[in-house]
Amino acid sequence: MISGLTRDERVQGLGLLAVVGAAGLVLAVAGRWDALGIHGLLIVLCCALLAGYVFFRLGDPEPTEERLSRYYDDPTKVGIALSMAWAIFGMFIGVWVASQLAWPDLTFGQAWSSLGRLRPSHTTGVIFGFGGNALIATSYHVVQRTSRARLAGHVSPWFVLLGFNLFCLLAVTGYSMGITQSKEYAEPEWYADIWLVVVWVTYFVLYLRTLARRKEPHIYVANWYYLAFIVVVAILHIFNNLAVPVSLGSSKSYTIWPGVQDAMVQWWYGHNAVAFFLTAGFLAMMYYYLPKRADRPIFSYRLSILSFWGITFFYMWAGSHHLHYTALPQWVQTLGMTFSIMLLVPSWASAGNALLTLRGAWHKVRDDATLRFMVVAAIFYGLSTFEGSFLAIRPVNSLSHYTDWTVGHVHAGALGWVAFITFGSIYTLVPSLWGRARMYSPALIEVHFWLALAGTLVYVFAMWNSGIIQGLMWRTYTESDTLAYTFVDTLVAMYPYYIARAFGGLLFLLGAIVGSFNIWMTVKRGPVAVEAGRDLPAAAVALTPGE
Amino acid sequence: MSEEVEVDPVTGEQTTGHEWNGIKELDTAVPRGILIFIIVTHLFAFGYWVLMPAFPIGWTYTKGLLGINQHEVVEQALVQLQDERASWTQKIDQLPFNEIQADQALMTNVRDSGRQLFGDNCAACHGQDARGRSNYPDLTDGDWLWGDGSPEAIAETLRVGINSGHAETRMAQMPAFGRDAILDRQQVRQAALYIYSLSHPDASTPENIDQIEGGRTVFADNCAGCHGENAQGDREAGIPNLTDQYWLYGGDLETIIETIHGGRAGHMPTWDERLTPTEMKTLALYVHDLGAGAP
Repeated sequence: MISGLTRDERVQGLGLLAVVGAAGLVLAVAGRWDALGIHGLLIVLCCALLAGYVFFRLGDPEPTEERLSRYYDDPTKVGIALSMAWAIFGMFIGVWVASQLAWPDLTFGQAWSSLGRLRPSHTTGVIFGFGGNALIATSYHVVQRTSRARLAGHVSPWFVLLGFNLFCLLAVTGYSMGITQSKEYAEPEWYADIWLVVVWVTYFVLYLRTLARRKEPHIYVANWYYLAFIVVVAILHIFNNLAVPVSLGSSKSYTIWPGVQDAMVQWWYGHNAVAFFLTAGFLAMMYYYLPKRADRPIFSYRLSILSFWGITFFYMWAGSHHLHYTALPQWVQTLGMTFSIMLLVPSWASAGNALLTLRGAWHKVRDDATLRFMVVAAIFYGLSTFEGSFLAIRPVNSLSHYTDWTVGHVHAGALGWVAFITFGSIYTLVPSLWGRARMYSPALIEVHFWLALAGTLVYVFAMWNSGIIQGLMWRTYTESDTLAYTFVDTLVAMYPYYIARAFGGLLFLLGAIVGSFNIWMTVKRGPVAVEAGRDLPAAAVALTPGE
Repeated sequence: MSEEVEVDPVTGEQTTGHEWNGIKELDTAVPRGILIFIIVTHLFAFGYWVLMPAFPIGWTYTKGLLGINQHEVVEQALVQLQDERASWTQKIDQLPFNEIQADQALMTNVRDSGRQLFGDNCAACHGQDARGRSNYPDLTDGDWLWGDGSPEAIAETLRVGINSGHAETRMAQMPAFGRDAILDRQQVRQAALYIYSLSHPDASTPENIDQIEGGRTVFADNCAGCHGENAQGDREAGIPNLTDQYWLYGGDLETIIETIHGGRAGHMPTWDERLTPTEMKTLALYVHDLGAGAP
């Protein structure tokens, strides 16, 4: 990895690590009476380890200018490895918390392992750790190929990737110590949030500069989506996390948004995190790796335009459907519901565009589990966007809200769509990235596919059943016009589904472990590709040194 | 880069002429079904905006032609529910307990709604089956610490609680004789043996009879003031009978020693402001009904 960087770049890296490490030291001193101090030390430790790695390789041979005529893929490789590591961590925690719901003693009576602290570790681990790393890694890969230009920089891609992982690490270790803003999917506290802004703005600049170097007249659809993902996540993150720390030596902060406005900003954030993190970014993957794998042209350019702008415009309004029948004014709920319904068409247009791209390639879907991952992803994308619009209708929401149906819906999207498109993309990407003819074992991809599909179906069906039963029990009246069931009655009814859910999650986790093994073996021992050298940027003369 | 428009052999559609690293796009028109679908969803949204509260205007908002307001809808639903329940709750409010108990239809209402009231409010301590557990009394066994187990007495306990924050709370506290050095270790042990022997006559043997007799004296000097000369307690003051087989904290020798050493003060919250008078009355009848078959 270090061999791709010049001595100057290695020194720049050390300089950056010194600055970040110094900031960590300030936090460690200022927060010495608080858990913040531990986080400060953690930052110092991470910077020191990385600086040690770079320092002892300062004198290693430097790359030649020839590197500029190739794509810069080292950060993508590390990003994929980190993504799979976070997948196993996040999914393991997921299986654990799911099991805690069925067998509460699995908290072992410890504060750090209580459901309230592990649950955000699960969501952060899978959404930001697994999903986020996959998005960063593939965006680096795709933007270079579709622009026929090398990444605009050598240090900044590492800064973004590793800085983002530091954010995830601060988040997860923070939860175990009880540090949280108590905002769903935005739990990390103020100092971690500020750090993410720095990382994210760097990401944005890096992406724009790379696009600006493109040797293609048009910007490919995948890049529209990656850019929407980067821009909107920055906006959401900044506005939802506006907060005032108790003191500079305290990890605790209070949001600047009061009452119902806080709820509205939070769910504007929450829903658009689903839209622009879990949808736009992964649509970008789909738009590149699916046609690539199927070797078919995109079904309709016009449909791509329609769905991109539809998704971008309508999603922004839909967040208030998370707050139906609350203190939120009814007119805001109306807008959330109606825009959610109008959103369905561009969502389905995306799914349809993907599936119709496969015209003439369906025989490959039968034979190739990698492509099948992406096809199932598109189907689940269509399914969960329909479900999302449906659940946003107020009377439907009055049954489904606060029940396991919501959990089932989220996992239909997160497992069926996000994870499936990611695995399909990674299996497409890994062999070409490491110069292999194919993955180490196509049979293990099949095993992964069926484990993941079975796990998703078991999980989602369990939660649909559980959620609808729960919702109905909450609203069943006796002949005396009083509620028929106690809260504990509903828990007893959900118990078998909790066990099924944990089992479904376990299957999915096993699939991810099989996948990680297959990727590892591909890198170590995969069959070497005979035909190499086609995967190059525009003629090297176009890349001047220093670019 | 090729800017040449080609015809895709599989579909017969033209490409746009764009290409990115081998990926091309067809210039397929947006399918008619999608356009129709767009129109339908938009018409629905526009219609909904006209009928319902939808857009902000300055300090107010468009109210919608139907004039629906979610706060009024909830209030009306609650009023309607109260009206429907009134067919039986009015009788619960007005009739004395014995008349309600004699009315089988009313008791069906009590059992219907009492189960959920008990499950959501009482079961956390007394258990789903109301049989209690260590430190929490069994409500089905016919033995009562406070009052005679009549619905009236149960309703009063619900209203004021035990050692609660209510101004009229039922209060009972047993001092910590050992910890507060009122009795020495030997005396605690003797008193415990004596008390144990009251409910377990077989426990009295020639070997320990001296100890038990010593305990009798300790009891008379320290315990009888509350528990009575014959140790049968007083249900009006929440003082337990020590001669029967019902033990809230446990009737084995070790636990009795622990009780005398550390004292006891049970707690039950007041439900006066958390439940309505109708709900408390219903619950009192329900709880009484649970133990109706008990001795």
